[in-house]
Amino acid sequence: MYTPHTQADIDAMLEAVGVESIDALLQVPEELKLRAKLDIVPALPEYQIRRRIERLAKRNTGVDLVSFLGGGAYRHYAPPAIAALAMRGEFLTAYTPYQAEVSQGYLQAIYEWQTYICLLTGMDVADASVYDGATALAESAIMTINATGRHRFLVSRAVHPNYRAVLRTYCDGLDVLVDEIPLAADGTTDLRALADAVASYEYAGVALQSPNFFGNVDTLDADALRAVLERGAVPIAVVAEALALAALATPSSWGAQIVAGEAQSFGVPLAYGGPYVGFIATKDEHVRRIPGRLVGKSVDNAGRTAYVLTLQAREQHIRRERATSNICTNQAHCALIATIYLALLGKTGLRDVAALNLERSRELATAVANAGVRLAFSVPFFNEFVADVGRPAGEVLGALRARGILGGLDLGRWYPEYATCVLMTATELTTSDEIAKLGAALEEVVRVGAGI
Amino acid sequence: MPASTLRDDLPLPDNTELDVVRHYTRLSQRTFGIDLGFYPLGSCTMKYNPRINDALANLREFAELHPFVPDELAQGALQVMHELERSFCSLFGMAAFSLNPAAGAQAELAALLIAKKYFKDRGETKRDKVIVPDTAHGTNPASATMAGFTVVSVKSDARGRVDPAEIRAVLGADAAVCMMTNPNTLGLFEERIHEIADAVHEAGGLMYYDGANANALMGNTRPGDMGFDLMHLNTHKTFTIPHGGGGAGHGPLGVAPHLVEYLPTPYVVRDADRYRLDFDRPKSIGPVRSFWSNFAHAVRALAYLYANGAEGLANVSQYAVLNANYLRVKIAEFLETPYPEVCRHEFVASAQSLKKKTGVRALDIAKALLDRGFMAPTVYFPLIVPECLMIEPTETESKETLDEFVAALREIVAAAQSDPRELFDAPVTTVVGRVDETRAARQPDLRWRPPLPPET
Repeated sequence: MYTPHTQADIDAMLEAVGVESIDALLQVPEELKLRAKLDIVPALPEYQIRRRIERLAKRNTGVDLVSFLGGGAYRHYAPPAIAALAMRGEFLTAYTPYQAEVSQGYLQAIYEWQTYICLLTGMDVADASVYDGATALAESAIMTINATGRHRFLVSRAVHPNYRAVLRTYCDGLDVLVDEIPLAADGTTDLRALADAVASYEYAGVALQSPNFFGNVDTLDADALRAVLERGAVPIAVVAEALALAALATPSSWGAQIVAGEAQSFGVPLAYGGPYVGFIATKDEHVRRIPGRLVGKSVDNAGRTAYVLTLQAREQHIRRERATSNICTNQAHCALIATIYLALLGKTGLRDVAALNLERSRELATAVANAGVRLAFSVPFFNEFVADVGRPAGEVLGALRARGILGGLDLGRWYPEYATCVLMTATELTTSDEIAKLGAALEEVVRVGAGI
Repeated sequence: MPASTLRDDLPLPDNTELDVVRHYTRLSQRTFGIDLGFYPLGSCTMKYNPRINDALANLREFAELHPFVPDELAQGALQVMHELERSFCSLFGMAAFSLNPAAGAQAELAALLIAKKYFKDRGETKRDKVIVPDTAHGTNPASATMAGFTVVSVKSDARGRVDPAEIRAVLGADAAVCMMTNPNTLGLFEERIHEIADAVHEAGGLMYYDGANANALMGNTRPGDMGFDLMHLNTHKTFTIPHGGGGAGHGPLGVAPHLVEYLPTPYVVRDADRYRLDFDRPKSIGPVRSFWSNFAHAVRALAYLYANGAEGLANVSQYAVLNANYLRVKIAEFLETPYPEVCRHEFVASAQSLKKKTGVRALDIAKALLDRGFMAPTVYFPLIVPECLMIEPTETESKETLDEFVAALREIVAAAQSDPRELFDAPVTTVVGRVDETRAARQPDLRWRPPLPPET
């Protein structure tokens, strides 16, 4: 239905090629000819496509509930100017900018993205994007494995469980052993255990996350990192909520040499998990190990400023089996969205949003405590925290759901020891009414036991 | 929040919305997309991206759906994924697809990890070789390395095909996977694929199909029937998902029955009329991404599937092949085509003899095309063709557009023979001329830096 050929065109083209029919061009060997009848719906006119898919969309009733879900995917406000700009056809229908002279706009936008990520993380250089936060961690781990020649990696249990799982998938391929640092009782990484671990084995890298999966801000500083650096392991900071970078001390300030993160929070729709946008930022000395595209600023043959894909000798299309990564298509359009988001909000806007997240999540925590539910930890948090509901979290979340509320994440899914705990998130979009509704429902469910 | 955990400065600029809108509108105007003109980039399938797909992907109930919403409240999204998966299985002859991989390269990696686990379970841990033809995409060998395999490269024959004898020569007890693209990157159909698959299977190895060129064969033949055990599809090529300047992509990974249980988690399962994400798959290689899929793209792909149906998809491939062959014979009138026979959806031309005569290279031709309002073809790939121009017109281009492109190319080749200086300076109509790539690599400037504060 999107093909423009008239019969006259087809005839003229076949004549030019010198064959009788299109079939003569297909030349499929007899034994490979498709004989099965394909089990695919018959073609529909556009209005029916819309109707049919809209009907499917309506079955996603989860979007109509009051939600306190977070855990690596966040509901933030995206100004409409983002879509108006990013959905322009020039951006949307461009390929990877191989031909620099007709791709200056996109190349400049990626250069801006690399700059924003550096300014937010305090690092020297950032790549043009990787698939998401989890693969950013996995690819960063590979950077440290290649840099040190070591085949053992250490990751905190406070790092997002999905990221850790993907890290294992990637490390299995390279026969790299992954050890985990246990949690301290306060819901942060056990720094004593970290020091013991790095004293016992030679690790390529160590991945830490702050704010961690529980929302808690780990006390990471030069002291905490000393043992890691002394033993020659590369510290990696994992960022699952990029908005926190606007408020908290940069990973660079506490000694991270690589930052592996997810920037979905910067205007990228939740979209049931993707596409999102991962980033890897690092110090200058690791630039030649970084995976994926890099845009550099140069000049053209008349001395004018011009942008171009650069340091491509790292990449698969040049280096093949010796490339730093196999990544080819990345997340350019999501990175563009995030770049426009950051340009629109600017320093003031971003700080305001971060402050609102701190404020709303504290309002939520107070409401939860007032409902008679204990907070599991007492360390500072960013925009999410853990509530201990005192009985299997799934039961309480089910009862809340019956009241039109998605109360948060059941931590028992990943941490058996926290089976009575819920990860709750509030952002700038969380309203006081929603918080009040949750407070009332939680009180009824937990204190009274109604509906369980 | 203790002060020590906070940052003091945030060195970002504050802009007005008007400034931002003007800036990115201008940047868009300095970017060439399919919406502006013909984009014959070989192996990239730059076809028209229907707008209905974006409209549907952006529906609130999809765009605002959190990935941790319980399955029973996300039935529509799960059904989209399931329906798309079943359709892919039928169209490509596979037992199951995972929609998890974010792009083709990630699907390759996941597939090789599946192979690794499969052989480990069978106690065949000595299988550490991945066989890759010299015409393969660079991602194939790079993925093999990331999965811990050693790469064995196999030469193509004079007809641009992989000779089964060459494959047999490298097959042994250490052979794990043979990765093939069919039609290959020269646009030629590997008609002895069955023989190759049989040989690999006899040696105990697995066959992997790189689906970058799947636009050539829909409704005509299927990778599953050719003997492939694993495959990926680039829906951002074949299924009209916009490339967005280099992603996000979408790389569904298909497998034959014996490998289904190894697919990445989660996998969408249908129980009667309910759908769910299945995480409990003990033999799985594990997850490959933070969440389940580049889901918005699954919506786009499903809309495209609905728009075409089985017959429409077969037509898509037929017209893609017709357009490529038409361009091939027209271009052969003035430029070398090293494999002068019927091609599939793409073909290669070479500027080698033109370069010998005139000094004009494939790169100069590419840049001169930019001056004439066309995107350049893929150049210098595949690596085995000197001064290569790899051209893929796709089925959504009209004969008029193809004729205009041929005329432009003919004019460029004529200019090469009369007065090539214009071509060495090209492009001159673009916002910048040729970019100094050496300087970009030797003195990397990869970001803006805030000016240092004045010394006090």
